[in-house]
Amino acid sequence: MTFDVVIVGAGIVGAACADEFAQAGLRVAVIEAGQIGGGATAAGMGHITVMDDSEAQFALTNLSQQLWRALADELPQDAEYIECGTMWVAADDEEMDEVRRKQAFYQQRGLPAEVLDAKALAEAEPNLRDGLAGGLRVPQDGVTYPPCGARFFIERAESRGAEVFLGKPVVELTGKGARLNDGTFIAAGLTVNATGSWAPELTPNINVQKRKGHLVITDRYPNFVRHQLIELGYLKSAHSISTDSVAFNAQPRKTGQILIGSSRQYAPKQTNPVATAPGSVPADKQIDPPILRRMIDRAIEYMPRLAKLSVLRTWTGFRAATPDKLPLIGMSAIENVYLATGHEGLGITTSLGTARLLADQVLKRAPAISFEPYLPSRPMKEHDHA
Amino acid sequence: MPETITLQINGESVMVPAGSMVSTAVALAQQESVSSPRVSKGLDLAAAALAHARATDTQPLGFRRSVTGETRAPLCGMGICFECRVTINGQAHSRSCQIPAAAGQNVVTDCGATDCELSDDAATPDSRFPTPDSQLLIVGAGPAGIAAAIRAAESGQRVTVIDDNPASASPGGQIWRADQAKPSSPEAREWFERLKSVNVKFIHEARIFAQPEAGCLLAETADGSCELQFEKLILATGARERFVPFPGWTLPGVTGAGGLQALAKSGWPVAGKRIVVAGSGPLLMAVAAYLKKRGAEVLLIAEQAAWSSLMRFGVELIRQPSKIAQAVSLKKQLAGVPYWPGCWPVSAKGDGKLEAVTMRRGGKTCEVECDYLACGFYLLPNIELAGLVGCEVLNGVVTVNEFQQTSLPNVFCAGEATGIGGLELSLVEGQIAGLAAAGREDEARKLFAERTKQRRFAEVLNRTFALREELKTLPTAETLVCRCEDVSFERLQRQTSWREAKLQTRCGMGPCQGRICGAATDFLFGWGMESIRPPVFPARLENLTR
Ligand SMILES: Cc1cc2nc3c(=O)[nH]c(=O)nc-3n(C[C@H](O)[C@H](O)[C@H](O)COP(=O)(O)OP(=O)(O)OC[C@H]3O[C@@H](n4cnc5c(N)ncnc54)[C@H](O)[C@@H]3O)c2cc1C
Ligand SMILES: Cc1cc2nc3c(=O)[nH]c(=O)nc-3n(C[C@H](O)[C@H](O)[C@H](O)COP(=O)(O)OP(=O)(O)OC[C@H]3O[C@@H](n4cnc5c(N)ncnc54)[C@H](O)[C@@H]3O)c2cc1C
Ligand code: FES
Repeated sequence: MTFDVVIVGAGIVGAACADEFAQAGLRVAVIEAGQIGGGATAAGMGHITVMDDSEAQFALTNLSQQLWRALADELPQDAEYIECGTMWVAADDEEMDEVRRKQAFYQQRGLPAEVLDAKALAEAEPNLRDGLAGGLRVPQDGVTYPPCGARFFIERAESRGAEVFLGKPVVELTGKGARLNDGTFIAAGLTVNATGSWAPELTPNINVQKRKGHLVITDRYPNFVRHQLIELGYLKSAHSISTDSVAFNAQPRKTGQILIGSSRQYAPKQTNPVATAPGSVPADKQIDPPILRRMIDRAIEYMPRLAKLSVLRTWTGFRAATPDKLPLIGMSAIENVYLATGHEGLGITTSLGTARLLADQVLKRAPAISFEPYLPSRPMKEHDHA
Repeated sequence: MPETITLQINGESVMVPAGSMVSTAVALAQQESVSSPRVSKGLDLAAAALAHARATDTQPLGFRRSVTGETRAPLCGMGICFECRVTINGQAHSRSCQIPAAAGQNVVTDCGATDCELSDDAATPDSRFPTPDSQLLIVGAGPAGIAAAIRAAESGQRVTVIDDNPASASPGGQIWRADQAKPSSPEAREWFERLKSVNVKFIHEARIFAQPEAGCLLAETADGSCELQFEKLILATGARERFVPFPGWTLPGVTGAGGLQALAKSGWPVAGKRIVVAGSGPLLMAVAAYLKKRGAEVLLIAEQAAWSSLMRFGVELIRQPSKIAQAVSLKKQLAGVPYWPGCWPVSAKGDGKLEAVTMRRGGKTCEVECDYLACGFYLLPNIELAGLVGCEVLNGVVTVNEFQQTSLPNVFCAGEATGIGGLELSLVEGQIAGLAAAGREDEARKLFAERTKQRRFAEVLNRTFALREELKTLPTAETLVCRCEDVSFERLQRQTSWREAKLQTRCGMGPCQGRICGAATDFLFGWGMESIRPPVFPARLENLTR
């Protein structure tokens, strides 16, 4: 079997890459150890959002958000795409300054964003607590259900000739192809490591670390939350890269459910030392009660009425984090082994931009945006927030 | 205590007998609204409502609206299926079959259909439960839990028993639900009597949902939560009914078999109703007898197991005099009710509510008009809590050693959760667990022989009532398998595993957490069930922060 490109991992990133390469006429193989969209893609929130921690982050998220919007009509129902917008919530005057700075930044770059005062915020989101300072609405941001999005991309790629191998872990990845655990070698002109937080297992010496997150989902309460709500304190907490942090983050699902986040932990320790019986959750993926409590307390602080809502489930997932908070898109140190990983908490959003930039590089097309900032060979230092 | 309680259902006053659940009130209100002499004080409300029910009962029994807009009503009767959800005092998604009716309650049906406006007072802080201090915590106040509590308390242990049923129904578990005041069998009388002579603390209407740390469990109560510390734990979480999807099984009026019994025990009106009892297991007979006693017209008991297997079961019964006595007494109570082995429902139909069911028997089908189809296909152990705590669970049952000890040394398990075996096995396992947890292994050993005998019987039981393959062919493409999320059989056929089905179709993602559809897909497709995460039952967000 010979392909133009072998993509390892059918998360949202691998799936989007497969779709993009197949669309460009390449012969594509996708190899997935588990099931489509079953990794971080099954755990993430699916918020499609433009961020501005750096120019490079803005460029990639902005491109990606536009690509999602252009795709909206083609997405299947079960991808649950809604353009609900993001509401950045400011608790005090200092955060209001940030709202205005952010708005100016977005506006200058052509992204609509609207400043809301306290009263307008209360009208837009009546279940937020009293006494907040205001907010910034970014109306073109959206929400999706990622596992079905990934399946959609894979199916579309298949309809254009891609081959998909499910349930086959890759044990060795070179620029000439991928070896499966049963010894089969699938040859290709180039390979893409899109295995998310597992990427260092196939391509050692890349700077990707697991960053654990917790989420909570409620029963259906239509219209209780209307935008994806994120506290601006997020910027203070989420950016401290070495310590555990929580932030208020509440998302309206198309189902009427509310998805509540978020937490960030490096190398989380196991605080619930229960025996790992067959069929139980692996130790590192278990809920960490203290951080879950902190996260929920934060959510209730911003939205007191959340307290009474019925929670159906909690779970955790791993983000693939890089030191400078930008993904790795491009050739690795190994000839013809490309990387598409390191998307941290934005991989659902940036999957589409990633696929576009990777194909631009491989096919030597004029790039949609400059791809230099995301090249794996870039010098990386810890990003500190302004 | 007043004899009746008045509450508001969709803005109308409804009176119910004290001790009723909210579900009963909703059922009565809907019968009422068709043609109502408004029930006035002094009238026997249930009787008045019922008199009108037969002639005029055309309103669908709507409790909630499903994701695709179907009208739904209770299925399981025990707080598992979430079909009975209504909004109570602004609190959406409340399980009406588990919440006692209280004066002045404001109940709104159709929850899930419209926006919900939570009232502000719904967000006031709660009165928290005091933390009981006990050496031994027992979860489940059914026969196994009661027997364990008695033997442990007799051995000097400080025992707390927690159960999610309201105090009006508990202790008793499923079989002895609401039986304490007037026990329905000599066995029940004996154990409730014995319970009086020991000092055991009961916590009712509290459902365990999480284990924040080893040695500590969290339970949700009506208006708060309580934290339970323990040195030793006995899980006696019992069983639930298994449901097999067939066309029409989501219609109001199709309930579990034990489900309708549980509903009737809390006052749900069954008198004068035409009922088909169907599915599998000895439970069908018990349910039919109970419904008949409550004035229902039981048209038929349909047992899917074949005559030949039942005959073998009969032979085993003969070895157990006490079970023969039960069987004979049931037979007497059910005089005149046809009992058809090798018969099962293939579809149910009706306009917004059950009107008739099609039964198959010996290759032929026939249609039976009825008001209820009480239908459960044997039982399934409740193993979720054991899984949460970290006990080994294999092939759907909790693994235990000869002392009913699980893979965790301080956690024991007894009753149906270790495998379906019926009342006597639950009682003897409960006793062994209680004694072993109290360190009295020698006493426990004396009961091993009895347990061996009961386990042998259980094996016969499980073989006899094993589900036939034909039942796998009942669903059609459009039949909904996941009732919480309205996922059709056809969509599931395209999936290859439970996890894939969850991720791609939302099957199993609803409030029952897959307890209903997971059992069905396990039967239909042979998919196992997935890992267990807290909360093991839906719980209010504030309670997760304890
Ligand atoms: C709590 C949380 C919240 C988040 N919220 C958001 C959000 O709101 N918005 C957003 O844009 N992003 C969000 N993210 C981030 C987003 O989920 C991820 O960035 C994204 O899913 C990454 O996709 P991926 O395809 O790179 O990785 P994955 O989805 O993890 O896919 C990798 C795949 O590779 C497979 N694989 C691994 N090793 C092998 C091997 N050896 N052989 C074959 N296959 C292999 C795995 O089985 C897996 O399917 C969130 C993440 C978390 C954890
Ligand atoms: C719906 C139903 C009806 C039945 N009716 C009959 C009958 O009429 N005749 C007959 O012979 N057999 C009947 N059975 C079988 C009968 O249940 C068993 O034979 C016997 O009662 C088992 O006893 P147990 O103590 O193991 O469990 P159960 O009696 O089921 O008791 C378990 C208790 O634990 C509680 N519980 C479970 N999880 C939690 C939690 N997380 N937090 C708090 N509490 C919890 C449950 O609500 C329940 O009250 C019925 C079974 C079911 C499911
Ligand atoms: S039936 Fe409840 S989740 Fe499927």
